[in-house]
Amino acid sequence: MPESPPPGPRPPGFVAQALRIAAKDLAIEWRSREVVATMTFLAVVVVLIFSFAFVVEGSRPPAPVVAGIIWIALVMSGTVGLGRAFDREREGEAIRSLLLTPAPRAAIYLGKLVATCALMAITETVLTGLAAVLFSASLGDVIGRVALLLVLGTVGFAAAGCIFSAALLRARGRDALLATLLYPIIVPIVIAGARGTTQLIDPISPDFDGARFWTQFLVAVDILFVTAGLWAFEPIVSGD
Amino acid sequence: MTGSPPVLRLANVGKIYGGRRALAGVSAAFEPGRVAAVLGPNGAGKSTLLGILSTLVAPTTGEVRWGQAPLAHGSHLRARIGYVGHDPGLYGDLTALENLILFAALYGVADGRERADTLLARVGLSDVPADAPARTFSRGMLQRLALARALTHDPALLLFDEPAAALDPAGADWLATELGAERAAGRVVVLVTHDLEAAAAIANQVVILRRGRVVFDETPAGGFGAAALRATYEAKTRA
Repeated sequence: MPESPPPGPRPPGFVAQALRIAAKDLAIEWRSREVVATMTFLAVVVVLIFSFAFVVEGSRPPAPVVAGIIWIALVMSGTVGLGRAFDREREGEAIRSLLLTPAPRAAIYLGKLVATCALMAITETVLTGLAAVLFSASLGDVIGRVALLLVLGTVGFAAAGCIFSAALLRARGRDALLATLLYPIIVPIVIAGARGTTQLIDPISPDFDGARFWTQFLVAVDILFVTAGLWAFEPIVSGD
Repeated sequence: MTGSPPVLRLANVGKIYGGRRALAGVSAAFEPGRVAAVLGPNGAGKSTLLGILSTLVAPTTGEVRWGQAPLAHGSHLRARIGYVGHDPGLYGDLTALENLILFAALYGVADGRERADTLLARVGLSDVPADAPARTFSRGMLQRLALARALTHDPALLLFDEPAAALDPAGADWLATELGAERAAGRVVVLVTHDLEAAAAIANQVVILRRGRVVFDETPAGGFGAAALRATYEAKTRA
C-alpha cells in the first residue's frame, strides 16, 4: 500500500492562479456588464446630485468641492462593486470548489482585488471625465497625477473592501454591513485622495509638493492594506 | 486514475462548533476501491465529517492521515480531493465548458480543453448548447456537471455529500453507476447520504453516525441487503 496519494497535476504559480481568477471575474462581467453598469450609473447620479447641490450657475466650484465629489462618488460606486464581488462565489457554493483547488487563498484574494480594481477603473474614467465637464475642472496638465491618486486610492479601497466582502459572504444584510464596516477603515484613503486631488486641480496655484505627500501616503496605505488582506484572507475564508 | 491511493484513516476526530459538539472520537478507515457510505440522522455530524475529510474544516481533536501524510486543514493534499455536494459548486454565469476549463487551469491540468471535452462526453453533456450558462441547467444537468468538475484533476479521494438530493430516479440511477465506476477506478470514495436503498446497493462499507459518534462501522464481504441495512440503521439510530 502506498504511503501517500499519487501526485496530481502540478498547479500553476501564485500570480498565474490570481490572474486566472481575475480573468474569470472580468469575463463574467464582460458578458453581463451588470456590476460595472450599476457602479457607473450610481457614480454619475452622485456627481449630478452634488453638482445640483453645490455648484452655482456661472461660477466654477472650488477645487475642494470638486475633489470631494469625485472621491465620494468613487467610494459609493465602489461599495456597490464590492458588495457583488463574492456574489458569484456564494451562488451555488462555487466558493467551496474554489477553496478546494490548490490555489493559495492569497492568490484568490489577489485575483478578486485585481478584478475589483479593473471594474472601478472603468467607472473612474467616466466619473473623472464627467467631473471635468460639469465643473470645468482644470485636469489637462495634471491628469496623469490625478489618475495616479485615483489608482492608488482604488487599490487601497478595494484591498480593504475585498476582505470585508469575503468576511460577509454569508451574512444577512451584508450590503449595509459592508458600508458600515468599511467606511471607517477607508477614511484615510478618502482624506488623502481628496486633499491630493484638491492640490492638483487648484486652478490658481497647484501644490505639487503637497500632492506628492498624499500620493506617498496612499502608497503606504496600499502596502498596509494589501499586505493585511493577503494575510487575513486565509483565516477569513477558512473560518469554520 | 494513475496509481492506487493509500488508506484514509481518522483517529479520534472531534469537532466542536462554539460549544456545540458536532463530532466526538470518530475513528474509521476508508480504503481505495471501495464506496464507504456515511449514514445518520440530521445533525449526526455527517457533513462535518465530510468537511474535515475535504480539509475545509479543521478538527478540534484527533487527526486524519492519508497513508503516512497528515490530511490537515489547508493541506496541499486537498489538490487530490474531488467534492460533489448537494450544491453544484459551479459558476452559474459560465458555460459547462468554461467551468471545467477554469477548474482544470486552477488545478494545473495539462490540455484542460481536451480534459473538459472528455468529461462532458462522459457525463452526457456534450450536446448542451455551447453558449448556455450553467444557471440555465436543470438540477440533474448541474449534478452531472458537478461530477465532471470534481473529476477534472483526476482526484484520488472523492467525497459526495447527498449528491442525489433532488435528483429524479433516472438521475439517481446514473449517479449510482458513476459511483460504481469511481470505485472500480480505485479511488477512495466516501458518500454521505440519507438514501438507505442507494447505500445498500452501492456501498461496500457503511458507517453510521449518531450524535457525532460512530455507532456502526462494517464492511461485510457480501455487501448489504436493503432490508438488513434499514434494520441496522433503525436499531443504531433509535433515541
